[in-house]
Amino acid sequence: MSASETVLEVAQLAVEFAARRGNVQAVRDVSFTLRRGRSLGLVGESGCGKSQTCFAIMGLTGSNARLSGSIRLEGTELIGLPRAQLDRIRGKRIGMVFQDPMTALTPHMTVGAQLSEIVRHHEGASRDAARARTIEIMERMRINEVERRYDMYPFELSGGMRQRIVIASALILRPSLVLADEPTTALDVTVQADVLRTFRAAIDHTRTSLVLVSHDLGVVAGVCDDVAVMYAGRIVEFGEAVEVFGRPQHPYTRALLACRPSLDGPSSGRLPAIDGQPPVPGVVAPAGCAFRNRCGLAVDACAQQLPLLQAVRQQPPHLAACHRVEALA
Amino acid sequence: MMREAERLVEAAAGESLLRAALARFLANRSAIVGLVLLALIIGFAFVAPLLSPHDMETNDWERIQIAPTAEQSHWFGTDANGRDLFVRVAAGARVSLAIGLLTTMVSVVIGILYGAVAGYVGGRADQFMMRFVDVLYALPLFFAIIILVTIFGRNIFLVFMAIGAVEWLTIARIVRGQTLAAKQTEYVEAARSLGASPLRIIFRHIVPNVVGPVIVFSTLLIPTVILVESFLSFLGLGVQEPSTSWGLLISQGVGSLDSAPWLLIVPAAFLAATMFAFNFIGDGLRDALDPRDGT
Amino acid sequence: MTAPLLQVDDLSVQFAARNAQGERCQLRAVEHLSLTLGAGETLGVVGESGCGKSTLARAVLRLVPIHSGSLQLDGLDYTRVDERGLTAIRRAVRMVFQDPLASLNPRRTVLEAVREPLDIFEPRRSRSERGKVARAMLERVGLDPSFGDRYPHELSGGQNQRASIARALVADPRLVICDESVSALDVSIQAQILNLLAMLQRETGVALLFISHDLSVVRHVSRRVLVMYLGRAMEYRESAGIFADPRHPYSRSLIDAVPRAEPLRERARLRAGATPAGDLPSPLSPPSGCVYRTRCNRATERCTDEAPALQACSDGTPGSYACHHPLESNLQHPPAGEAPP
Repeated sequence: MSASETVLEVAQLAVEFAARRGNVQAVRDVSFTLRRGRSLGLVGESGCGKSQTCFAIMGLTGSNARLSGSIRLEGTELIGLPRAQLDRIRGKRIGMVFQDPMTALTPHMTVGAQLSEIVRHHEGASRDAARARTIEIMERMRINEVERRYDMYPFELSGGMRQRIVIASALILRPSLVLADEPTTALDVTVQADVLRTFRAAIDHTRTSLVLVSHDLGVVAGVCDDVAVMYAGRIVEFGEAVEVFGRPQHPYTRALLACRPSLDGPSSGRLPAIDGQPPVPGVVAPAGCAFRNRCGLAVDACAQQLPLLQAVRQQPPHLAACHRVEALA
Repeated sequence: MMREAERLVEAAAGESLLRAALARFLANRSAIVGLVLLALIIGFAFVAPLLSPHDMETNDWERIQIAPTAEQSHWFGTDANGRDLFVRVAAGARVSLAIGLLTTMVSVVIGILYGAVAGYVGGRADQFMMRFVDVLYALPLFFAIIILVTIFGRNIFLVFMAIGAVEWLTIARIVRGQTLAAKQTEYVEAARSLGASPLRIIFRHIVPNVVGPVIVFSTLLIPTVILVESFLSFLGLGVQEPSTSWGLLISQGVGSLDSAPWLLIVPAAFLAATMFAFNFIGDGLRDALDPRDGT
Repeated sequence: MTAPLLQVDDLSVQFAARNAQGERCQLRAVEHLSLTLGAGETLGVVGESGCGKSTLARAVLRLVPIHSGSLQLDGLDYTRVDERGLTAIRRAVRMVFQDPLASLNPRRTVLEAVREPLDIFEPRRSRSERGKVARAMLERVGLDPSFGDRYPHELSGGQNQRASIARALVADPRLVICDESVSALDVSIQAQILNLLAMLQRETGVALLFISHDLSVVRHVSRRVLVMYLGRAMEYRESAGIFADPRHPYSRSLIDAVPRAEPLRERARLRAGATPAGDLPSPLSPPSGCVYRTRCNRATERCTDEAPALQACSDGTPGSYACHHPLESNLQHPPAGEAPP
């Protein structure tokens, strides 16, 4: 395994839903690659397509969705793959973490039994071997009193513990890719920090790649190497987290970072809010830039031509889809 | 997620709640079939006496138990007393449908009031009210009706009271459950924080939000009531001669099954068609109303 | 000195509950809490789930039974008054809820929702007049009056929350309680709503009790802040003081735990692991003594035996905290990200 080995390659991904009033394009022309051990954060507001991108990779977009483009996991094309094969890959090579740990766990099985069941089902491991693996992953998720917790039911655990179990279940088969959709959004902030730290340490240990979807820029800043900012189904800015958060290039990213009240700086009077509403997952693809109506820098060109992602900086790569990048610089 | 998107798309188009439900209902083919079928049956019930030269009580002693024929306009034939089945089925339809609709309406009103109050007030009152419902549930309906009929004599009004007295129980349970859920919502809490009176909260905020499932249930309740009435009449406990209903007609038809099968087949076919119609409509309404009721 | 607008004294709220073993017990949702709020002022209440902040909001509105303590509005005690006597309180104290869609009745139009307080409090005014006032209110919260005829599901989250704010303000309240009112909104909409609240507060002089788990939002809106943990007050001080120089270890860890959109700092923090250990204890069986001691790295035996009382800050800065081993002033405190001593 070389360091630069590509685990996930998404190219021109589009997700469309057939609705009564025409098609809804949830994701349009999304492309990125993820190398082994790297983590990518997908950020944006609700309806921006970040979760649908994640669902598309999982193959969970639902029956009325139409996918186009390409999703390659370690060279295997996932789009158009037969259901049975996809299920096998999804179970073994992609781990998933969702927001609500209660729905991800079976209520009537102990957490230990659920985790070891995964190992036994996918790897045909013996009961003892599966138990050992389960204990190991639970310890890695820093669940204390593992032996006691092994025999507990999900409802007996606190929210933080449950989410650790869910993350453990996503990691137990040592997948090459983990997809996490708002994994800590339901947790309290003091618990969240601890869960994130453990999560990050666990995927670092196995050099698992991660796609993390979150509305919380702070969570992404702590966990992800790269960041893709999405708006109206498209990636509008892409780059290393340090770059994107430190030197945001797209007006939307800037506005998003600025409109959160700060905890550290002087507390200001009026927040620099973004006017207007986030776009509804579009029925008609608007010509030009989708952000232009809320953008203070929009010019005529923004209404006419769709801005494409282009490199603002080569090394480290930093891309933005805006006609006005130069004006901002 | 997808439903959210669809909701927003519809919202963007300015579609109202009711219109969206109506559109979904109209797009449902079997529901439309049910609706048309029901309209035809109701139309028949009222138009048939105008078309036929006969009335339901006159005996035509020259034409007893004749098979359906165009001769003398006995389109559905005649019964053992020479009465025209065409008008009798229409008369039976009026009675059966009226009992179905009226009983259901009474059940719905009582059930909604009772269930909403029990659910909203909660606590001991709720416990007591619902135990009462359980007790009534446990009473065997037909046994109760037979006792009532034996005491008070045969009376169509009694029959409809007896059925209504049982059918509201289910509605009360449905409404109570829905009310308990609605009580937890923030909009009810918002109304409470305004100091809105319990009656205002129940009628302005809770009842309009629980009628969806009740409407669906009551469309399925109408055929049940018609069926119960038919069964009672079949047993001789329901509608009495000279008045008639589908159940009574079927009961009489069974007696002459070998000699005059149309006396059974025609009213039974009408009854079955009505059952289908209401069930199709009920299913259609459920599909039309439910997707949004979840939100 | 005149009485403050809202005065809460030694308030306790308890609920009957069952613990994990199914035994009956009392859930002490709010314990011995006191606070005051002046006219036109904003008091922030922060804490994590189960800290009792939402119960506090409902207690101030008298929507939950009060166990002990007292509530006063303009010096008038309304802790025990009956439903009829509450009408004046209900008019003066309004609430904006968390979920913008769920807090509006799906079967009633936006205008009907906004008009409802007037229907209840001013039944003598004509319906059309009430409608006119409600429409004017819609405009003030930045909604086109044509939205009045729409249903909540036809509006976006931010628009619904504007309608909720209009409903709260339409009958000229003295105090509006915002219970997580912006938490369910997207960041860009959150900022719009916060600006709107600030503007309306300036215009109407309404006081805000701003309850949220989101520290940066609370810091932005509040002049004073109450930090709660498991139903108890931990620290109750000027906003600037708490955020720059907290005395209670819980306040410190709460502030430090908020992820910032600064990758280098965040990574350093995650590596260092300066967050409180373990999960929140169940509010059904809070620890003895200081409720925070199980997660506090300064806890001693004294914290187990004796619950710390609220005490005034020793250096004369206004406010108080409840801790046996308070943090020193900011100057001695290590920068965020490093483990405390």
